Amino acid sequence: MPPAVVLVTGVSRWLGGALAAELARNPAIDRVIGVDTVPPSAELLRRLGRTEFVRADIRNPLIGKVINTASVDTVVHMNISSTPAGSGGRGPMKELNVIGTMQLLAACQRAPSVRRLVLKSTSAVYGASPRDPAVFTEAMQARRVPSGGFAKDSLDIEGYVRSFSRRRPDVGVAVLRFTNFIGPRIDSVLSGFLRMPVVPTALGYDARVQLLHEDDALGVLAQATTGDFAGTVNVGGEGTLLLSQVIRRLGRLQLPVPSPALGSLGRLTRRFGFVDYSPEQMRFLSFGRVVDTTVLHTEFGYTPRYTTAEALADYAHTAPPVIPPELVVDVTARAQQLVARAGSVASSVGTTVHGRLRPAPASPGLRAVRDA
Amino acid sequence: MIRLRPDDDGQRHVPPASDPSWDEQVAGGLDFLRRRLTGEYETDEFGFDTDLTDHVLLPVLRPLFSRWFRVETHGVENVPAEGGALIVANHSGTVPVDALMATVALHDDHPAQRRFRLLGADLVFDLPVVGSLARKFGATLACSEDAERLLCGDELVGVFPEGFKGVGKPFRERYTLQRFGRGGFVTAALRTGKPIVPCAIVGAEEIYPMIGNAKTLARLLGLPYFPVTPTFPALGPLGLVPLPSKWLIAFGEPIETAHYGPAAAEDPMLVFNLTDQVRETIQQSIYQLLLQRTSVFS
Repeated sequence: MPPAVVLVTGVSRWLGGALAAELARNPAIDRVIGVDTVPPSAELLRRLGRTEFVRADIRNPLIGKVINTASVDTVVHMNISSTPAGSGGRGPMKELNVIGTMQLLAACQRAPSVRRLVLKSTSAVYGASPRDPAVFTEAMQARRVPSGGFAKDSLDIEGYVRSFSRRRPDVGVAVLRFTNFIGPRIDSVLSGFLRMPVVPTALGYDARVQLLHEDDALGVLAQATTGDFAGTVNVGGEGTLLLSQVIRRLGRLQLPVPSPALGSLGRLTRRFGFVDYSPEQMRFLSFGRVVDTTVLHTEFGYTPRYTTAEALADYAHTAPPVIPPELVVDVTARAQQLVARAGSVASSVGTTVHGRLRPAPASPGLRAVRDA
Repeated sequence: MIRLRPDDDGQRHVPPASDPSWDEQVAGGLDFLRRRLTGEYETDEFGFDTDLTDHVLLPVLRPLFSRWFRVETHGVENVPAEGGALIVANHSGTVPVDALMATVALHDDHPAQRRFRLLGADLVFDLPVVGSLARKFGATLACSEDAERLLCGDELVGVFPEGFKGVGKPFRERYTLQRFGRGGFVTAALRTGKPIVPCAIVGAEEIYPMIGNAKTLARLLGLPYFPVTPTFPALGPLGLVPLPSKWLIAFGEPIETAHYGPAAAEDPMLVFNLTDQVRETIQQSIYQLLLQRTSVFS
């Protein structure tokens, strides 16, 4: 049975807006209500279609009124900020993430109409450390519990969602642990990071990166909203790439920086509002993280259309390379031609001087005698 | 008629495939360079970079394998040509060169050119450069999750249950096996039903004879031990050159685990017994190899 009234938090961002627009196109759904603290841009508002936008702060008990009066039956919680830059500092970010979730869950618990909750979580809850197993399944926990930032917020949020589902066992709860998003339109931490012409990385470390295309993220969120999967599922594309490989495929320049210096570089870039090098982001860029997506394929029933490499290739269309791959191919091809010509000249010289340049082939049949 | 070389009978001499000429080699190198610059190569979820391993890491190790240590491999027929298996070996040599040599041995001397997926301590992956190179070489963290995942993926997994106790033991204790961890490797084999192949490596003990251990320095650097050898640190970087001992690597008969069933992993007595059996087998074959080897450096 498809949901009648869906409430989506965080619609003013790309993914939230795209999900609301997708749900609004579904005629089986009566109403789609979008909530955010900031109004969506004019272009996004146009795409939202029949979505009703409510400007509300989920940190405010007002959200309960919205849920009750519209008798919302499905709540998609996506208003979780991953960088301090997007929400005006670490303090407001934590408040929005943790207190906002608590308020929303408190409102959901009081609303008898709610029967489904979808949480956009992250695979950052697994942390990133050298003690990690290579691939995380849903049953595993972080070996080194993230101590702060987005990952810690996400762990707290998942904890509150678990206690909510204990108190309201009649509500189906789907927790989606996404890997890093990438794509031509989405504005994620990684896409901003890779847009820089020179990408600083931790010297001596190479992270394993698993990506998810924005269309697949949207597809999974839409299916989780309209479907009936309950539980936790890892969502990521097939296959992995190394960070150095990602940078090379995008034609970017890699600048290995010793890890301590990367921290101060991060502070500098954060001040100018470029890219966030929080300590947890740095750990991720050093060690990386890969999740097992068997549950996604079998129990959840979704197969991402893009693999990690394909998602990156699609993103590459919008990020013009600093070193065009054609140039590399051209230069190496020309060098190969040159070598081939030199080789043929050398061999012709070699044959004219009767093998004085090259040793005569060994006479056949001779073999060392094993036992003398 | 007395044949001089009876085993030559009926065999026609096949000329060996000629080595690629220098221009072909340079062209291959340029091709490799192009792949590296554009990122057009494959890596797996453990970070294994086959392109780098085949074209840089293995060629760098090969002279060490064939010229410096003159490694002889015995019993490769005991290593399955396909499917997963857990290879359990002794660990020694102050610096874990033995793991690298076993990788070359299985790739070059096994007819199926098997890839050896090593399991390493977390310290390895914490170190810059070493950690990322280890992953590119096919290694991953020694934990049951990774071991079982690799075994289920039909890989040849290499484990050194002695760990740092084995690599960092003093020279006077050479060729005596240390405690075999807690038998985690047996549990992984039982759960996946893959055979355990015992492997004995002789020769690694003499490459850096560790006569002392600067414990205070080790603690300062956060290392499990800091080796003092006759040449290191006395001769500085020259002390990093390993002694050219003669190496023998022998793979023993596989110990099947499939008939116990995955539930047997929950039986600690069986796990202990199997651990002891593997340990005894390796110790016995170390003694046999030592008898075979006429002297340390020949």
